Amino acid sequence: MSNQTKGSTSAANPPYKETFTPGRFARAYGAQLGILGVFFALWIIFIVSAPDTFLSSRIYFAFMSTIPFFAIMAIPLTMVVIAGEMDLSFPSIMAMGMVAFSFVYNATATSIVSVSTRVTLAFIAALFCGSLIGWLNGWIIVKFGIPSLVATIGTQFFWRGAVLVLTEGKNYTLSFVKESFLHPGLVGKIGGYFPMQMVWLIIIAILGWVLLNRHKFGAHIYLIGDNVHSAELMGVNTGRIRIQAFMLVGLLSAFAGVVASFHVAYFWPSLGDGLLLRTLASVFLGGTSVFGGTGTILGTFLGAFIIGAIEAATVAVGLTGFWTQLIYGLIIVLSVIMHTYLRRRTE
Amino acid sequence: MDYRLELRNVSKSFGEVQALTNINFQLGRNEIVGLLGDNGAGKSTLIKIMTGYHHPTSGEILFNGQEIDHLTVAKARQLGVEAVYQERALAELQTLWRNIFLGRELRNQWGLLDVNQMKQETYRLMNQSMGFTSSAVNPNSRVGSFSGGEKQGVAIVRALYFDAEIIILDEPTMGLSLKETAKLIGFVRDIKRAGKSAIFIDHNVVHVYNAADRIVVIDRGRIAGEFLTKDITLDTLMEKMIRVAETGKLE
Repeated sequence: MSNQTKGSTSAANPPYKETFTPGRFARAYGAQLGILGVFFALWIIFIVSAPDTFLSSRIYFAFMSTIPFFAIMAIPLTMVVIAGEMDLSFPSIMAMGMVAFSFVYNATATSIVSVSTRVTLAFIAALFCGSLIGWLNGWIIVKFGIPSLVATIGTQFFWRGAVLVLTEGKNYTLSFVKESFLHPGLVGKIGGYFPMQMVWLIIIAILGWVLLNRHKFGAHIYLIGDNVHSAELMGVNTGRIRIQAFMLVGLLSAFAGVVASFHVAYFWPSLGDGLLLRTLASVFLGGTSVFGGTGTILGTFLGAFIIGAIEAATVAVGLTGFWTQLIYGLIIVLSVIMHTYLRRRTE
Repeated sequence: MDYRLELRNVSKSFGEVQALTNINFQLGRNEIVGLLGDNGAGKSTLIKIMTGYHHPTSGEILFNGQEIDHLTVAKARQLGVEAVYQERALAELQTLWRNIFLGRELRNQWGLLDVNQMKQETYRLMNQSMGFTSSAVNPNSRVGSFSGGEKQGVAIVRALYFDAEIIILDEPTMGLSLKETAKLIGFVRDIKRAGKSAIFIDHNVVHVYNAADRIVVIDRGRIAGEFLTKDITLDTLMEKMIRVAETGKLE
């Protein structure tokens, strides 16, 4: 870039200093503050109504063990939604990644002795398969100009169907993965308590934040979701960026599929089936706008924990399991109303 | 002859619609060309071919005498073309600093965005070139909250910041106050003084006449004629423009 040095900040103009005022801070971080408020308010309600459960550490280790399965996918999905797109195919990608995993594991049975090596190769195959399906989603959407909601309804069915055809609908054990170093690496417990999948979620969330807020890719994601025409006039390759975003969802869905399967050391062809709406709810609860252009990783992260905690909380509070969905719905609707209100105030 | 930018026999059709037919257009060094024509004459299509946004159906595009094969927006920017579009090309939910560096973000040695540097440069541009004095406007302000004139200011300053050789202004006075318009005309003259070239499109014939060296009239996708502003009076030009609009012929 030769054209970015048109003079530097001169003495006549003092450099720009960000002055902190509560109003400015609230305008810049309204959505995150809103979801943080909801998060802590719910937390206090849970603690007050079920102190035995929510003041002991056990419930939190349980949350950190299961919430990452969908929270890991919610991070890249946030980027897709910010870009004004939608992906409904990720639960099928989870399962399809595991099909690729099993295929490579079985195919290397005669040639490679070490189980650890075979599992590692199978793991790489799963990630590759997920990225490839993500690329295909993006390619269909960009190349043919099909709305992503429609296209991924189609691919969601297609890849679930492919899983059923390829596995003949059978479930099978993955107990062999426990011999591989990847098992403790992905789903082990640090000190016997802290689940590794939570560590991975934190790493992915931080990398996701950097990518979205401190990288060209993220800048272009926001731009495409805000005004795709402006993005094109300013020379952004909107097709390539969108395809990359879908690839990221594919990659991390396959990763989440491996993590979830390793956790139980078992494969079900229905893997991921219950996670579609939870993952989407995490993204929208976190304040990402369905119209694109706005959204945050922190919001999604907190959204996932709210979604993940409601089920346990409902029961701990003393309500029957029948209440869970009603409370889900209530919190989601109220939060989305809050976000819309905050967005209007800050624009 | 060595032109800064030249189009040879450029045609463009969108499906059945023939937007441009056999356009031959030259932009000289240090020349300001005014582009006039009625709504739908093809002005915006023509400049979007020059900025690499549209690709011509047939014809050649030459920069400094060299043919450019597949011109993209990124390539045009590398060749020193900057545009202020009629539709402004802003992202209204994003902050001012993101809009200034839209599509060309500054990066540090790790390849990450240099957010501080971009905010500093935005602040400097705001004070020196955009004339934003309101304390409510800062590099973190969302562009959607700006007035029409302020938005246009952002679009113009953005084109200036990246030291362009050819500046294309598509209806830049749209939505500007009288004072802001006068400032803009002064700015087009500054381009001339700085030894650069510009293409200036405006509905207002007076604005174009006052700023341009040469005027090219487009009608129904063809070049209807061209004049040096020093050879023609404003009144004659106005008469001719009305005649073109009515009959499709200059004479």
